[in-house]
Amino acid sequence: MTGIPNTDGNGRRGAAGEEIRIGFYVCHCGMNIASLVDVAAVAKEAAKLPHVIVSREYKYMCSDPGQEFIMQDIRENRLNRIVVAACSPNLHESTFRGAVARGGINPYFFQMVNIREHGSWVHTDAAAATAKAIDQVRAAVARVAKHRPLERRRMEVNQAVLIVGGGIAGITAALNLADAGKKVYLVEREPTIGGHMAKYDKTFPTLDCAACILTPKMSAVREHPNITLWTYSEVTKVDGHVGKFKVTVRRKPRYIDEETCVGCLECISACVFKTPKFEDEFNEGLGKRKPIYIPFPQAVPPLVTIDPETCLKFKTGKCKSPCETVCDRKAVDFSQTEKTEEIEVGAVIVATGFKAFDVTRLPIYGYGLYDNVYTALEVERMVTSSGPTGGEITLRDGRVPKSIGIIHCVGSRDKKTNRWCSRVCCMYSLKLAHLLREHTGADVYQFYIDMRCPGKGYDEFYERMLDEGVQMIRGRAAEVTDWTMSPEEEGKLVVRVEDTLAAYVRRIPVDMVVLSTGMEPAVGADEIRRMFNISCSTEGFFLEKHPKLAPVETATAGVFIAGCCQGPKDIPDTVAQAGAAAAQALALIDKGYVEMEPNTSYIDPDDCSGCKSCIPLCPYHAIAFDEGSKKAVINEALCTGCGTCVASCPSGSISQNLFEDDQIFSEIEEVLSHV
Amino acid sequence: MTKRYTYFPGCSILGTGRACEESTRAVFAELGVELDDLEDWNCCGATAYMSVDEHKALALAARNLALADTKECPELTTPCSGCYLVLNKTQRYMEEYPRVGDKVKCALKDAGLNYTGRVRVRHMLDILVHDVGLDEVRKHVKRPLKNAKIAPYYGCQTVRPYLDFDHQHYPMTIDRLAEALGATPVHFPLKTRCCGGSQMGTLPNVAQRLCYAILREARRQGANLILSVCPLCHFNLDSYQPDIRRRFGEDVSITTMYYTQLVGLAFGMDPETLGLHRNMTWDGSWLEREVLAGATA
Repeated sequence: MTGIPNTDGNGRRGAAGEEIRIGFYVCHCGMNIASLVDVAAVAKEAAKLPHVIVSREYKYMCSDPGQEFIMQDIRENRLNRIVVAACSPNLHESTFRGAVARGGINPYFFQMVNIREHGSWVHTDAAAATAKAIDQVRAAVARVAKHRPLERRRMEVNQAVLIVGGGIAGITAALNLADAGKKVYLVEREPTIGGHMAKYDKTFPTLDCAACILTPKMSAVREHPNITLWTYSEVTKVDGHVGKFKVTVRRKPRYIDEETCVGCLECISACVFKTPKFEDEFNEGLGKRKPIYIPFPQAVPPLVTIDPETCLKFKTGKCKSPCETVCDRKAVDFSQTEKTEEIEVGAVIVATGFKAFDVTRLPIYGYGLYDNVYTALEVERMVTSSGPTGGEITLRDGRVPKSIGIIHCVGSRDKKTNRWCSRVCCMYSLKLAHLLREHTGADVYQFYIDMRCPGKGYDEFYERMLDEGVQMIRGRAAEVTDWTMSPEEEGKLVVRVEDTLAAYVRRIPVDMVVLSTGMEPAVGADEIRRMFNISCSTEGFFLEKHPKLAPVETATAGVFIAGCCQGPKDIPDTVAQAGAAAAQALALIDKGYVEMEPNTSYIDPDDCSGCKSCIPLCPYHAIAFDEGSKKAVINEALCTGCGTCVASCPSGSISQNLFEDDQIFSEIEEVLSHV
Repeated sequence: MTKRYTYFPGCSILGTGRACEESTRAVFAELGVELDDLEDWNCCGATAYMSVDEHKALALAARNLALADTKECPELTTPCSGCYLVLNKTQRYMEEYPRVGDKVKCALKDAGLNYTGRVRVRHMLDILVHDVGLDEVRKHVKRPLKNAKIAPYYGCQTVRPYLDFDHQHYPMTIDRLAEALGATPVHFPLKTRCCGGSQMGTLPNVAQRLCYAILREARRQGANLILSVCPLCHFNLDSYQPDIRRRFGEDVSITTMYYTQLVGLAFGMDPETLGLHRNMTWDGSWLEREVLAGATA
């Protein structure tokens, strides 16, 4: 790590002694800038400014020839400062700093002016936009003259990665990283990994068995020497930054010793509850479980869990605990308490998945009011041969349905609930239609707004379902009801719908209704977001750094996202994204170090009064108090350059590299020079 | 403590809906709720005027809000669902669309009135169930209506587009009120479906079909009484049963009344006080025969 701040003579004050020679470049950005801003006028005005030796305009400054101009001018005209007026520094600041460095001067002797996002893209008056661009350029030229050479810091990167969420996204990313030889911590909230995918019967469009392709991966996670799997656990605290995150994980007690339990399940048979009595979460409440349970036979880890909410030992204290006596490995442990683990990782992948839309928010579809209205996830469990009904499709009254209506877009594309398209529902509705027909021979009606089947083999699958005789009715279902108009509707559920192809309002009597629920941000997504400092879109899905070019990165360096926490997507897309997140995390940590921007704060000890007011304000705990000198000290490795302490220091003793007072004031003066 | 509300009767109440007013006043007086009449009120314009000239319709309704604004109690209540909807809509439009609000306020100013926006429009059903409370209602019940099987009918104007106190599609407020009176509400899937409203006059074939579905379904679900909250709904369901029978060749007759009338009956009030003699489907022996027979008070 090289030293910052530059307090040596050459850095801080040395600039005054040398001759300032500035090169200015304005970019047309094709027509993006040049169509509104008169770039020739900007270049001409810039040439008149003090210290400007070279002033040029060019079609694409970010291109190789554009960068070459800068390097060549530095060499030939002995330039020592560069200003480029172009797009947002978010896009190309690093490009130009690179060119400046290759030209032979310190890359921080550079200032970028954004005349695209802050100029041509947001204005309509050409003359005013040009005048504004010139003001911005004048400010930048004045500022860059005050720049000092700075150096980026290198920080060592911890070689472990934390993955939050053990669904198919988390599993994929974990295996990719572990196979590459990296240490992985996989933290899952539920007692088993597998996520939503473990609940599905078949996957579209290939109709291959979800469990058959998922469970081998789950086992691989468990067996992998590089993966530490913590289920029934949650991340509670995150400190630090890219390369060095300090994470606290809360491990809930499952009242079973994870080391000794072998998953023989003898304890479950021994439980005083002879028959399962409590709502089984894994089966969407369609089945029952005991207080001591395993979510499903292939659960990973294959450990039982005791639910203290229903277990008599915890509820009344009066239970002979046959589970405890029957276990010859003595794995049942009622005294177990919550544990916390503290780990340090270099990167984080958040893959916390989604929550299915809560259908009780739309009572028009009668869920909870009519027994035979089901959610898609419930039906998914029902058609699974290992599910609560053993693959039998029987209604709550025991009948086998002869006709089934599947209602699309429940909680999707709806101003009253969620506006977004959940992307997977058209396809899984078709898949369920196929499975339900296969299991029952029932007539299946699909009530859809329009079919959205983009994807490899997807539209072909839709065609196939049409050939198989699935009835398609175009129109958003208005309601599911049991009021009748004719004898054939007696005892049925009636789906009322405007058939927009036939152009009339229809009443379709069916025995069973399936609600194709959309995807929503997962429960707890907000806490995850706050802990890892991830932004989210208005709907609550995590926001990627760039929608096209950085789809798995987030605004926080070192934190990546994958799967449905970023937005609704199907399994193939989730797996692809998880792979991308793993590769990005790998690229970050495998390099071994990260380069930190030098825009850190520093304290002038002569001016520091030791009042300590900055210490609690620092969100990164980067400031300490030195008892010897009675002064505050900034740990540069932790400082992210947020500037909070700079603004708060009562004695003005804190400054920030790249945001020095003289730099900012010179900018302001120039911008306001004609006021 | 006496509860006090500013009371806007509305035009229907003085005509076809007299029974609504009579029973409302009787029941609220019994419960100690004071209804402070709004003087010099005018027609709310109903939904009809709103579709002809929105701004004028809003100004017309807003005049009532401005009058209520001068009252001590800013809570304005009305027994009519149509008035409830229009006054509510006017209030919200003025709030949500400041340009509309300014225009309406300008018109009010010409009439020497001012509207500050403090008025809240409340449904009387909301006041009865949530302000007075079902516990208080239960205390006054002298005749539990054990054998009354209620099809609760909310109609559309109470719930759409605004409903502050219950769910829009499958509300339960009347159901809970009926239970407090000792009656049994039935599952009624058409509880918020339109009765046809004023189309009963202009397009009777359409409106009667809607009423037919409601009446038929109430009987099918095992109800012996439809409770309504709105003078127009009540009028349509109550008066057109013979026409509907002729048109659809099916007897769908069923007793219909205002929820306030049923509350009054449970409170032991005299049917005439509650205006029940004005109901077309009211049969003097109904209460004895279908509701009280076999039930012990």
